[in-house]
Amino acid sequence: MSEGMSKIVKTIASAAFPFIMIYGLYVIAHGHLTPGGGFQGGAIVASALAMILVAFGSIWTMGKIKEKQLSLFESLGAISFILLAFLGLGFGTVFFKNFLVDNNFLFGMVPETGSTFANFNTGGVLPLMNFAVGLKVIAGLFAIVLVMAYAIHTKEEKL
Amino acid sequence: MIYNIPYLAVVALVLIGLYALLFKRNLIKMVIGVTLIESGVNLFLITLGYRENSIAPIYTGSPGGIMSLPVPQALTLTSIVIGVAVLALMLSLVIHIYRHYGTLDVRKIRRLKE
Amino acid sequence: MNVPDYFIPLVVALPLLGAFLTPLVSRLSGKARNAFVVIVLGVNGILIGLLASDILTNGIRTYVFGATDLSLPVVRILFEVDAMSVFMALIAAILSFVGVLYSLSFMKEYSGLDKFYTLVLLMTAGMLGMMLTGDLFNFFVFLEITSIASCALIAFWTHKGESVEAAFKYIIISAIGALFILFAIALLYGQYNALNMAVLANSIQYTFLDKIALVILIAALAMKAGLVPMHMWLPDSYGSAPAPVTLILIGTTQASLYGAFRVIFTVYGGVFSDTAFASNVIGAFLVILALATMLIGVIMALRQSNLKRMIAYVAVAEIGYMVLGIGVRLNAALYNEVTQTVVWHPYTTTALQGSILHIMNDALTIGLLFLVAGSIYYATKKISVDQLGGLARKMKYTTVFFVIGLLAAAGMPPLNGFVSKLLIYESTYQLNPIIAIVAILASIMILAVFVKVFHAIFLGPEQESLKTVKEVPKPMLIAMGVIVCIILFFGLFPEFVITNIVEPATTAILNHTQYIGAVLGGV
Repeated sequence: MSEGMSKIVKTIASAAFPFIMIYGLYVIAHGHLTPGGGFQGGAIVASALAMILVAFGSIWTMGKIKEKQLSLFESLGAISFILLAFLGLGFGTVFFKNFLVDNNFLFGMVPETGSTFANFNTGGVLPLMNFAVGLKVIAGLFAIVLVMAYAIHTKEEKL
Repeated sequence: MIYNIPYLAVVALVLIGLYALLFKRNLIKMVIGVTLIESGVNLFLITLGYRENSIAPIYTGSPGGIMSLPVPQALTLTSIVIGVAVLALMLSLVIHIYRHYGTLDVRKIRRLKE
Repeated sequence: MNVPDYFIPLVVALPLLGAFLTPLVSRLSGKARNAFVVIVLGVNGILIGLLASDILTNGIRTYVFGATDLSLPVVRILFEVDAMSVFMALIAAILSFVGVLYSLSFMKEYSGLDKFYTLVLLMTAGMLGMMLTGDLFNFFVFLEITSIASCALIAFWTHKGESVEAAFKYIIISAIGALFILFAIALLYGQYNALNMAVLANSIQYTFLDKIALVILIAALAMKAGLVPMHMWLPDSYGSAPAPVTLILIGTTQASLYGAFRVIFTVYGGVFSDTAFASNVIGAFLVILALATMLIGVIMALRQSNLKRMIAYVAVAEIGYMVLGIGVRLNAALYNEVTQTVVWHPYTTTALQGSILHIMNDALTIGLLFLVAGSIYYATKKISVDQLGGLARKMKYTTVFFVIGLLAAAGMPPLNGFVSKLLIYESTYQLNPIIAIVAILASIMILAVFVKVFHAIFLGPEQESLKTVKEVPKPMLIAMGVIVCIILFFGLFPEFVITNIVEPATTAILNHTQYIGAVLGGV
């Protein structure tokens, strides 16, 4: 796990990585229309990052991505989620109120009830919360896998 | 009768998970037992929401008809997320225990006796 | 006075926001992070105090998330605060603030402190969420948040093997308990299509699946609270964690006990008001388990040589007093043929008042003893009773605090333990004299254990290896002093405490129709 795998594996992993990441971001962004949302799409992107970790080895990946940057992304995701809840208190009157419904600015359309075609412009504050949760899940799950892989590598060195 | 099979699967998963937790000595196998119990409880939550001849509860281009309940699906998703966090924590603790004690046998990790 | 409606979720959301901001604030400096955490918990404590003064005078309040009014059928998550919830929230506020104040100087020389304070704020938010919520699945989510955060804090000293082993035992037992609570919640949801506690209380009939759900819920919540025979994790976790972490852990175990109160008296309140047989049987079981808890706790405490594990076993024994009140109340139910309802003697209400007051007294007393043990460890780096001796010359304040904690734990008159224990003795005696005799015996043995420990550690000749011991720094003394002031206040003015705080809590927990009416609005 500390060194990478052979050159064939590295090439295929780096070729497949953008496709998986775009699929994961699609699942995050369309969480209010199709099955998916913050956690599911975040887990897909974190799996793609874990594939890179396995293919290239933990030493190389730890050199490219420091743990502090991941911690910063995670905090940004969490803070934006809870700030959206507080903004519901500020603009509306209750916590978590969907204050972006029925406006013309951002995600504001109200579709008719029943079976319709999907319109991305709906949902109010839900797609924004999906983005925040997705960012936090990507950073959090990848940090867990990265630190565990690096910890095993240090253990082998100590023995 | 065929609609009772998921409930039988739930009971089987919980019993196998309890067996792995109580009678196995390796720490990793105990963690796998906890994960099996969690899978069983999640399956139980999902199965409660099924209605006969129902379609998925999505309004986008749905063909019409009764829909299965969406609330148990949200509860199961929350439970899966919590299970991921608990699993990550348990495995990190197993790494630390192996670093201190040098073994994964639960009968030898007994410094805190009495 | 009337507080605005949004104070209720703000009490939970403010530590959560503070927990997410702490990694960013700690990039500035360590002192900024310490000041930030103390300010967040201080403001939170003031908010809880204002909310408490409002609820104790005006009654029950609800808060719905995401909509301004609650329309039937109830599908939204809501927080429902009555006098019992705000009683537990006061305990949580005191414990978390004193814990952070103590850890300012106790944890100063360890690294990774930004993660420590983040986890402490997360644990406080989860604890307060458990106490204020009115929805069963929300209770489960906050329970899991609290147990994950507290497990990470128990394993904070990763350079010691015992902490990691204790944390592993804790997370396995806690995860299994929480999964079975989820199983019981799924059973109740599958039958009634409702997750709200008030709606469930309104529509519950006592079918076979409800009985299974009740047993699973009581067993899992009692396991999280530390009742015998499920108490194995408690001495390991309390004994191997850093001292301020143990203080806040006491709050979380009592929040699980509050969950048991809520399930028994509110969700299943209608069932226990209709049939006396169920109430008698469950009450008898709880009384037997409580008596076993008291005896096993003190007997195991006599054998310990590690100071913190000894205090942890005494904490197990004190949990027995709290569950004894529930058991006596449930067991002494009589079926009145004339009015076709179940009536209870008035002494059962006194027993419940004693148990509820004992929750707060036990948190303060055992918390003070753990802080003193932490001070001894900080000053001498030893925790075994065999290696300590003659510390009273150098550590005067710590000795006085230990004596006050010892007398309060054993139930001596001018301190707070006497009030709650006297209420429990005089009311359980009327059910069965043996119960009161066992309770008094357990108190006497607690006194014996602690007097022996006091003599061994503080009195006696001075040891060679302990010549350079100094008194502990000021923030730790101030933290212990705050708890001592509250203990003395509760002991000297018991009528004020009982009439203003405990009696509204007891009437609120027993009044399940008022709880249902606050949500369903007289439907």
